Amino acid sequence: MSDDKPSPLPPATLDDPHLQPATKHPQRMQNLAILAMVIGMVGFVAFIVVYWINASNQWEAGTLALGMLGLGVGTIAWGKYLMPQGPFVEERHDFHSSEPERAAFNAAITGRGGLEVKRRGLLLGVFGVAGGIMTLAFLVPGIRSLGPKPAKSDDNQGSTDDSLFTTNWKKGARLTTVDGRQVMVDDLEVGGVLTVFPRGYEGSSPDQVILIRLAQLGPNDPPYPIAPPGKTSFGVQGYVAYSKLCTHLGCPVGLYQERTQQLVCPCHQSIFNVNAGAIPEFGPAPRPLPQLPITVDATGQMRANGGFDQAVGPGFWERP
Amino acid sequence: MIDKSLNWIDDRLGVAKGGRSFLDKIFPDHWSFMLGEIALYSFVVLLGTGVFLTLYYVPSAHEIVYHGSYVPLRGQKVSEAYASTVGLSFDVRSGLLMRQAHHWAADIFLGAIAVHMARVFFTGAFRKPRELNWVVGVTMLILGIVNGFLGYSLPDDLVSGTGIRIAYSIIESIPLVGSYVGFFLFGGNYPGTGVIIPRFFIIHVLIVPAILVGLLAAHLGLLVKQKHTQFPGKGKTEKNVVGSPMFPTFMAKTTGFLFMTAAVIFGLGGFAQINPIWQFGQYEPYQISYAVQPDWYMGWLDGALRIMPSWEWVGFGHTIPLEVFLPAVIFPGLIFNILLVWPLIEWYKTKDSNYHNLLDRPRDRPKRTAAGVAMLTLLFAVFFASSTDVMANFFQLPLMDVLWFFRFFVPLAPIVAYFIAFKICHEMRDAENIGQRKRALIVSRTTEGEYVTTASAPRPGDSHEELEAIPVPTFIDTTDPELATAAGVRRVIR
Repeated sequence: MSDDKPSPLPPATLDDPHLQPATKHPQRMQNLAILAMVIGMVGFVAFIVVYWINASNQWEAGTLALGMLGLGVGTIAWGKYLMPQGPFVEERHDFHSSEPERAAFNAAITGRGGLEVKRRGLLLGVFGVAGGIMTLAFLVPGIRSLGPKPAKSDDNQGSTDDSLFTTNWKKGARLTTVDGRQVMVDDLEVGGVLTVFPRGYEGSSPDQVILIRLAQLGPNDPPYPIAPPGKTSFGVQGYVAYSKLCTHLGCPVGLYQERTQQLVCPCHQSIFNVNAGAIPEFGPAPRPLPQLPITVDATGQMRANGGFDQAVGPGFWERP
Repeated sequence: MIDKSLNWIDDRLGVAKGGRSFLDKIFPDHWSFMLGEIALYSFVVLLGTGVFLTLYYVPSAHEIVYHGSYVPLRGQKVSEAYASTVGLSFDVRSGLLMRQAHHWAADIFLGAIAVHMARVFFTGAFRKPRELNWVVGVTMLILGIVNGFLGYSLPDDLVSGTGIRIAYSIIESIPLVGSYVGFFLFGGNYPGTGVIIPRFFIIHVLIVPAILVGLLAAHLGLLVKQKHTQFPGKGKTEKNVVGSPMFPTFMAKTTGFLFMTAAVIFGLGGFAQINPIWQFGQYEPYQISYAVQPDWYMGWLDGALRIMPSWEWVGFGHTIPLEVFLPAVIFPGLIFNILLVWPLIEWYKTKDSNYHNLLDRPRDRPKRTAAGVAMLTLLFAVFFASSTDVMANFFQLPLMDVLWFFRFFVPLAPIVAYFIAFKICHEMRDAENIGQRKRALIVSRTTEGEYVTTASAPRPGDSHEELEAIPVPTFIDTTDPELATAAGVRRVIR
């Protein structure tokens, strides 16, 4: 703060233009402001009434908004037209302190407390390190308690959570709809799709699988209309089953276009070719949807013929 | 009465001295200085409506059977979070109004911050001494976006659940630590152990708002301490501030504006439906609907994810999902960091360390303006890229064409915009009589039948703007003139 002496302000008189309201008709404006605020009052009273008689949401909003609008218009009219408008001026001062003040401040921080102790730097260092370790000590439970540690791969001994790599699909798991119904081999028409889970895990996110019937093929036909390389035994009787988790961001790949035999992810429009092992044909998804090997048992029930051969869903650092 | 209570307080706290000079604080008048006020007042509405909502919302993923008054949902198994959100919409009176007003207030809050920030940016209001306040502001923007996302995730409906799923996958995409962060946040692999909703809740209603309130206090405190910037004009210099006094003029106007902002928000809350979660249904991880889009302030991130090519890096037994990590982590990180350090960037370029209290006209700083325009173009471009599927449907174009268009448009448009803006700024600066009121032309006919045009006299503006500014006169109140300084800041002499 600079040390300017208090001196009287310039005199102003009642008719000083700076003090005049910004309207030529203050009386009329005052009436308008009062009217607006009265409308506001009416709005608020109406809101209470509307609430009392339990009218609709729109009535509540309308009356409340009317109340605040009236009050707002009145208050702004008051401030904008009926109060001294100026313009007034205020001086600014530089923010920095004077050089001696700065020097004194610096000296206080660096000098004080070091008067009697020789090795203040060492003390300070030890204090800093101890404080840092204390923070770390609080962070250990603060972070580590939040959740389990993810496993680095799926062949661990159970000390960590390997759920990134595994699902509940195993050889023989029954294909079940979300409401617990066993899926039979004649459940779907050609072009039909169904979301299935292993029995006992209905609705589970990582286990969701989309079952598609590509063609009407019998038990003695080849499993696919067009055989994808390497996975000739994964389908059965024209059925294929893929993980429904998009390899992009894990959205359910829920849209099936029968005409083009493509699965479309509605989130970011990745498109997978169902006929060719669900390879991504378009969009940001980097990998095919993992395919679940399926089979049909003697009674016509559909079952998994093994688990997935890779982690399902989007990519992550530990994924090989 | 007022005298007595003021004396009572002043005896104990001694507020008269500082309070008086606070009432004399001058606020410059310009419509664009209102934008920040919109943000402030929608935040006030957010706090009020938010408190109302916490009284009824149950932050729990626990499954119950719905028995409320929304008939289509009766008998269905839903989470307590979803049931209580539907319940507070339909079974708590005024609940729907409060919920929708809360959602609208959030959208307006972030919109106002964005526009306010653009104003501060393009007029150079972030320059010395206000760099710190700029950083505080950008931090509030980031926190606001985070809290918006957390907030609309709480109802546990199908759309927001999909958003949480995507958020998890984005976290998972971070090299080295992604899986750990995801597991710790969700209590395990997605969807976790049901801890995410209570955790999001406490972050949304306590942790982020507490930080926001603190930052807001700092933002306004710095504004008062450093005084508001002003546009150049009559009597306005780097060494003064010209406008209306805090009390009563500014206070009346801004209080009225609080009511207006709230009126608009509550009007929207009643008449414009937002986030009808009962139509979306309960979140189930295996369900999805068409055209799922987040709130507008998340759209730019979604757009970046869509146009990114499928570049996943695999090697040495590890995977880096660059197709997620780059657009959803690196891209926003870059944008926010550029925003945070922009005052530093500009200082580095100009080496200008003077105080700046007078604002720039955007055209007078062509490079800054062009950079800002390029940034806005980039953000708008990725924002529109987040609706590729809707556009493809609407214009009857193949989705692939729309996507390829955006893959080129997003990187190229900002570059083009930069040069166009730069050129426009230069042209405007060179234009004659730029920034002055156009005078009316009077066409008259001489006695010889010749037509001549002459410019009319300059039009007078608002009478008060034409006046020379004076310090707040002692006359306004009855303070002893001896206690006043020429600066209009009064100090009681000891």
